[in-house]
Amino acid sequence: MRAQFVFSEIFIGLRRNLTMTIAVIVSAAVALGMLGVALLMLFQTSHMKTYWYDKVEVSVFLCTKEDPGRHPTTCASGQSTQSQMDALVADMKSNPLVQTVYTETQAEAYARYRGQGKDAAMVDYVTADQLPASVRVKLKDPSTQNIEAIRSTYQGQQGVEAVSDQKTILQPLFKLFNGLTVSATTVAVVMVGLALMLIVNTVRLSAFSRRRETGIMRLVGASNFYIRLPFLMEGAVAGLGGVAVAGLGVASFKFFLIDRVLAPSFSFTSFIGWDKVLLTIAILIPIGLVMAVGASAMSLRKYLKV
Amino acid sequence: MIRFDQVSKTYPNQNRPALRDISLEIERGEFVFVIGSSGSGKSTFMRLILREERPSVGRVYVAGKDLSKLSNWKIPQLRRQIGTVFQDFRLLPNKTVEQNVAFALEVIGKSRPTIAKAVPEVLDLVGLGGKGGRFPNELSGGEQQRVAIARAFVNRPMVLIADEPTGNLDPETSVGIMKLLDRINRAGTTVVMVTHDQAIVNQMRRRVLELDGGNLVRDQSRGVYGYVR
Repeated sequence: MRAQFVFSEIFIGLRRNLTMTIAVIVSAAVALGMLGVALLMLFQTSHMKTYWYDKVEVSVFLCTKEDPGRHPTTCASGQSTQSQMDALVADMKSNPLVQTVYTETQAEAYARYRGQGKDAAMVDYVTADQLPASVRVKLKDPSTQNIEAIRSTYQGQQGVEAVSDQKTILQPLFKLFNGLTVSATTVAVVMVGLALMLIVNTVRLSAFSRRRETGIMRLVGASNFYIRLPFLMEGAVAGLGGVAVAGLGVASFKFFLIDRVLAPSFSFTSFIGWDKVLLTIAILIPIGLVMAVGASAMSLRKYLKV
Repeated sequence: MIRFDQVSKTYPNQNRPALRDISLEIERGEFVFVIGSSGSGKSTFMRLILREERPSVGRVYVAGKDLSKLSNWKIPQLRRQIGTVFQDFRLLPNKTVEQNVAFALEVIGKSRPTIAKAVPEVLDLVGLGGKGGRFPNELSGGEQQRVAIARAFVNRPMVLIADEPTGNLDPETSVGIMKLLDRINRAGTTVVMVTHDQAIVNQMRRRVLELDGGNLVRDQSRGVYGYVR
């Protein structure tokens, strides 16, 4: 095998069909880029799940003295008593879904509230007894099902004002990422199809424009592999070009959208780091190669009889 | 060297066979003319030897191998033992004479030192020593055909197949090409040449195979173009 010969053939082939080569690189780049974005979103979703599911807790808020008017059924007797709270804690501790239970008194809630909203004008008007005491539970497995089980158990009990969980709060963000994943995947699928067709056509053109060479190669007994290698490598080079551009796209998605837009607006959660970007690019390389080489091979079977 | 055993070839969607029940044997070192009008089956005959086609019926043997049993990936090995020359030369216009000949060795993976040695040798043999740096369009037709023969012969094949090698050349130049083919034949290579050139066939007095409508109508040693009664 003479490497120099093969490489000069590849270069000649790519240069002869420059416009098609560019079209292949661009469409492969868009296809792979979208695939990359979809992957990033999947990583982000699972990253957020592990980040939050460590922390997810269900909060059972107890009644305050102002609640009887707002929640007449469960808070009829006014402010919850210490014995009601103790009963709740004991009950939760015996619940098999629950990992740990801790409580927050009205005074503690007030301190946390003041800490969170230091600058808000509202802070001065809120008093400690307006804020509910709460019992917080951390679940062994914070699946939606388990959260709902806890919610339905304690919602409606006497002395309970409301049950809330962070998972519900995070739903919109998960929905956003899921939506991005789905739409990026859809575009990716369409673009992969387009890229495949372009590669097939490019290789076909290339095979046609070099039919004289390949004809002679056949006659003098070059092996099928040797005859096809330059074409396959052409596909591979174009595919790698697509991966390179797609990698830039994925990196700029991380840099401009995640770091500059999403991270500042959703400061309560954490976002994936550059390691996942690199991982995504590492996944895109074989996909791009297989796509390009596979399409080339398919095209050669059809248009390059040996 | 080449043996046809009751070979018929019918192309798909055609009623009339291109070759009909051909049996013949060409010995090692023979020089054979294949003659016949257009459509008589000459091209099919050549294509069967090169295993570009498979016979519909019968067997073709080249160098002792049954081509119908030859698996696809071994076809290149067969073709390395057969040199091929065409009427239209089939040189690569963007390569020099040397590069054209070297191409045949490069693509079968020969080493650079081997190529550097073999190419000037074969160019000397065909009488093109010193013209290795020229491009095909700088050469006369006869010279271009010599390049094509050099390319076909550089790997020292056992068989050389020439499909009307003098078809595009004037009689004087043709004689030169025939002398070259004769020299190659005398060195031990079997030569099979398809031609319409009566003068050449009559002059050379070699074995003649005549095809007509797919039938082998004449197999005559030291034959001439027309019938001798």
